Amino acid sequence: MSSFFHRHPRLTPYLLLAPGIAWLAVFFLVPLAFLGYQSLQSGIYPNFEFTWEFSNFTDAFSDYRAQFYRSFLYAGLATIACLLLAYPLVYWIAFRSGPWRNLFLLFIVAPFFVTYLVRTLAWLNILASQGPVVGFLRDIHVLGPNEGLLYSTFAVISGITYNFFPFMALPLYVSLEQIDPRLLEAAKDLYASSTQAFLRVTLPLSAPGIVAGTLLTFIPAAGDFINAALLGTPKQTMIGNVIQAKFLESLDYPAAASLSFILMGTILVALLVYARLVGSERLTG
Amino acid sequence: MTTVAAESPRARIGLASRAWSFAKRHALTVYAFLAVGYLMLPIAVVILFSFNAPKGRFNYVWQGFTLDYWINWDSVRGIREAVITSIEVGLLATVVATALGTLIALAIVRHEFVGRSGTNLLIFLPMATPEIVLGASLLTLFLNTTAVFQLGFWTIFIAHVMFIVSFIVVTVKARLIGFDRHLEEAAMDLGANELTTFRKVTLPLIAPAMLAAALLGFALSIDDFVITYLNAGGTQTFPVFVWGAARVSVPPQVNVVASAIFIVAITLALGNVIWQYRGAKRTQGVT
Repeated sequence: MSSFFHRHPRLTPYLLLAPGIAWLAVFFLVPLAFLGYQSLQSGIYPNFEFTWEFSNFTDAFSDYRAQFYRSFLYAGLATIACLLLAYPLVYWIAFRSGPWRNLFLLFIVAPFFVTYLVRTLAWLNILASQGPVVGFLRDIHVLGPNEGLLYSTFAVISGITYNFFPFMALPLYVSLEQIDPRLLEAAKDLYASSTQAFLRVTLPLSAPGIVAGTLLTFIPAAGDFINAALLGTPKQTMIGNVIQAKFLESLDYPAAASLSFILMGTILVALLVYARLVGSERLTG
Repeated sequence: MTTVAAESPRARIGLASRAWSFAKRHALTVYAFLAVGYLMLPIAVVILFSFNAPKGRFNYVWQGFTLDYWINWDSVRGIREAVITSIEVGLLATVVATALGTLIALAIVRHEFVGRSGTNLLIFLPMATPEIVLGASLLTLFLNTTAVFQLGFWTIFIAHVMFIVSFIVVTVKARLIGFDRHLEEAAMDLGANELTTFRKVTLPLIAPAMLAAALLGFALSIDDFVITYLNAGGTQTFPVFVWGAARVSVPPQVNVVASAIFIVAITLALGNVIWQYRGAKRTQGVT
């Protein structure tokens, strides 16, 4: 065996790659082809036929424009909320937490250790109309006596924000942590105020983290359906809910497949535009 | 006289700016603790409500303390099987994905080869695709090849390996990049062949990275709902069980299982933090 590697050193990388790449080819790339194949079929379950049914795509888009729009809106707002909430926290961890740094990083990833669905359900307890949060907001008259927080756009966006927060915080931390403190000292020596030093040194240097965090938050958030299903009403339905229901409940596979394709296509286009803007090296590492 | 007059406003500015930066520093600290509180709140709620004794079907409002649901955690039909399936799929998928992913990482970091950027792209794409699309496309494959694949345990396994591999590659790759190749060259110079070198030098050195990657993989697997749900058929993992329960009412046993998973995971992670901390102290002591 080792003499084989000796005689064919150029083959070694391919042998190492083969099993994993084969798995990804068969169970990631080939399924995408099947998704395309399914999306151009017509008929009713279980008799679908491949008929180049491009109208699936136009129908999918015209029937579910509101859900697409909502998905990107909610994902976008949640991404912004994550960035604003995470940046100061991560900044503090990177520069001010001293020996407790790793402990605070653990706090950031801790939500991941609670099953996704269960931690989303916890917001039902927290935001419940009988709960303390709503009670307090009613007492200070932010909410009327019969108003609540659950089953609303606010609840869905809050849920998404909470669930994807670590995806924003971790890349932000990595980029902030790499900043050489001497650069900040230099800025101070050159009479920059701390605001100026932040805006002209820290913020630009953390840009790769902002880029990575934005993508890692936005992409899964746009396809999410759990928050809308558990914390929202049909008025908050996102595209993920539609795809899921069409595959598993109404068994309309071609429509579900074309919706999935549109979602992926939109995200890929957004990704390419974003890559153009910030440079592709930062995306694939 | 003149020096005093010149200095006092500057001193005042210095004092004001110091007060300002003091306030700012503390504002940030206060914010950091509030943010951590926000992150911990749902976790605390999950654990708290695993000890709740709900009246009626809904476990939304605190009624009273009980240990009943911790003792009878599997008294709800299907929860035990679901937890076992989750663990089995998680272990199996993690082992396979860690092996496949480590080999890919070795190839990418160690070797120059044609098709490298394509390989990187193929690793990156599954991470950049929403889960619903990953799950949906895999489902269309299985639906169109029912002669080979029936939805169930093995389709969940296949799906999990597929979406975990990329994360394993990224984790192991990060570790391999800082790896001293001279150690391997030394082993070869001393007469070890490739396999012995790999077994005795490379593997022990990358083992911590593989372990970290495997833990991440297991965590991703046991937590996954979207891809699993689409490809599970009638088989239930723990998250799929929770989804079914959420449509009617969630029994406190769900909180018990989730709390138990959390406690195991946080213990492992805390152990790792302490281990790193002590390691850092030791190396500090040496230098």
